[in-house]
Amino acid sequence: MASLITCPHCGQRPKEEFAIKGAALARPAPDAPQGEWYDYVFLRTNPRGRYEEYWHHVSGCRRWLVVTRDTASHAVEDCRDAAERAPT
Amino acid sequence: MRYSALSILRNGFARQLGWTSAWRFPKPKAHYDVIIVGGGGHGLATAHYLAKEHGITNVAVLEKGYIGSGNVGRNTTIIRSNYLLPGNNPFYELSLKLWEGLEQDLNFNAMVSQRGVINLFHTDAQRDAYIRRGNAMRLHGVDAELLDRAKVQSMMPFMDFDNARFPIKGGLMQRRGGTVRHDAVAWGYARAADKRGVDIIQDCEVTGIRRENGRVVGVDTSQGFIGCNKLGLAAAGNSSRVAEMADLKLPIESHVLQAFVSEGLKPFLDTVVVYGAGHFYISQSDKGGLVFGGDIDGYNSYAQRGNLAIVEHVAEAGIAMIPALSRVRYLRSWGGVMDMSMDGSPIIDRTPIDNLYLNAGWCYGGFKATPASGFCFAHLLARGEPHPTTTAMRLDRFERGYAIDERGYGPQPNLH
Ligand SMILES: Cc1cc2nc3c(=O)[nH]c(=O)nc-3n(C[C@H](O)[C@H](O)[C@H](O)COP(=O)(O)OP(=O)(O)OC[C@H]3O[C@@H](n4cnc5c(N)ncnc54)[C@H](O)[C@@H]3O)c2cc1C
Ligand SMILES: [Zn+2]
Repeated sequence: MASLITCPHCGQRPKEEFAIKGAALARPAPDAPQGEWYDYVFLRTNPRGRYEEYWHHVSGCRRWLVVTRDTASHAVEDCRDAAERAPT
Repeated sequence: MRYSALSILRNGFARQLGWTSAWRFPKPKAHYDVIIVGGGGHGLATAHYLAKEHGITNVAVLEKGYIGSGNVGRNTTIIRSNYLLPGNNPFYELSLKLWEGLEQDLNFNAMVSQRGVINLFHTDAQRDAYIRRGNAMRLHGVDAELLDRAKVQSMMPFMDFDNARFPIKGGLMQRRGGTVRHDAVAWGYARAADKRGVDIIQDCEVTGIRRENGRVVGVDTSQGFIGCNKLGLAAAGNSSRVAEMADLKLPIESHVLQAFVSEGLKPFLDTVVVYGAGHFYISQSDKGGLVFGGDIDGYNSYAQRGNLAIVEHVAEAGIAMIPALSRVRYLRSWGGVMDMSMDGSPIIDRTPIDNLYLNAGWCYGGFKATPASGFCFAHLLARGEPHPTTTAMRLDRFERGYAIDERGYGPQPNLH
């Protein structure tokens, strides 16, 4: 994976400053059916290729980010603040 | 050909020209009773036990690369059955018992070495947790022994017992644990299965699962369509991708784990030691290299390589435990892609599709499971019902609220 990640707030920073949480999935509504919650919590598409995941800039601005990354080449395509993420 | 002392002598006098290939390289037939996707340890073991225990020999194992090219040839070779939970322990103990008789069963030297596995503890709380685990093991009839600091020190005086942050206060030992030559496991099972008529087809990537009326009828592969009555998936790190061919979404993420070998050293370490502080584990191979590893890299990956940050982290943990390691050079490192499940435990089960069966979610602990996984998956494929030791390892356990979470981390695969 790239050693430098471009945080939208802090600029280019070493990858080690970030903690990776995992799949950036849209959270179901609190009263969504059980099946939808089960899917959200436990099931993953786990693609080989383009993947969106939550990263936390722990040693920087401490913002949650959404990083778009390729799970086979590890190339990072995009990194933006989670708040700016278009609702899916 | 049966391997024996006599066969070595006889071939030694015949200029080693009498040895034959350990398995055939057959072309796929049009149809099999059972097809297994994935020629790793689990797929090959399944084929062996299908033939040996259930008399089902019209079986093909389809492997996209060559056998042993996946995790079975990439792991750090540790075997043990020191599990806490009732859903896991009897299964891993069955596996250890199968390891104990494996070489005779397969007529193959897999270098099974019961040199013992020690998990170190550094705090009173950690000691209590290990006492609990040891007691749970003994209640299941598994050997477990608590070692105090003096005992561990007499066995491995070179460790840093007075590390300011992680002093070593003792360890939980399973003497029957140890290591096994991993490639030999793939080769031994392949040879034994082949001998009973199983076709091991290498260089054959499964690209699609064909279904008719809700049942699997066969698979599309790089060598054409192959029909089957039953299909078993044992694709380890690629489980999600193969399952997707049948429109299944699994409770699994693929992650990369690295392993390392040092330059060869004189005999130094005669057991397997696991550091309780930094998830570092180490043993010494018969060639003299120290074999060690640590945490997974922590992000989804299908690349069989990891990051330098983990290389450094593992070295730091190793040196914290054994300061002398700072003088040792890394020789090689590599990565393997593993199917990390949502509770860190595996799945051996039927699927919503009638004749499709799943063996997946082995995380970084599936090597030790190889014999039992093959044994139980064969049982499931042959009889359609789970083996008694795998009744908890169900695909729908998360939905029902019956996760088998040894570490108690919840549905966070990169932490298991
Ligand atoms: C670095 C590392 C260290 C480890 N250390 C240990 C350890 O010390 N102890 C322990 O118990 N476990 C350990 N493990 C875990 C263990 O290696 C795995 O859980 C286990 O090997 C997985 O089962 P397998 O042998 O069948 O997998 P694999 O050998 O990976 O077999 C799966 C096979 O499926 C094939 N395949 C995938 N997709 C397709 C397709 N579409 N068509 C055809 N074939 C396909 C792959 O090519 C592969 O050969 C470690 C793993 C790694 C990566
Ligand atoms: Zn930042």
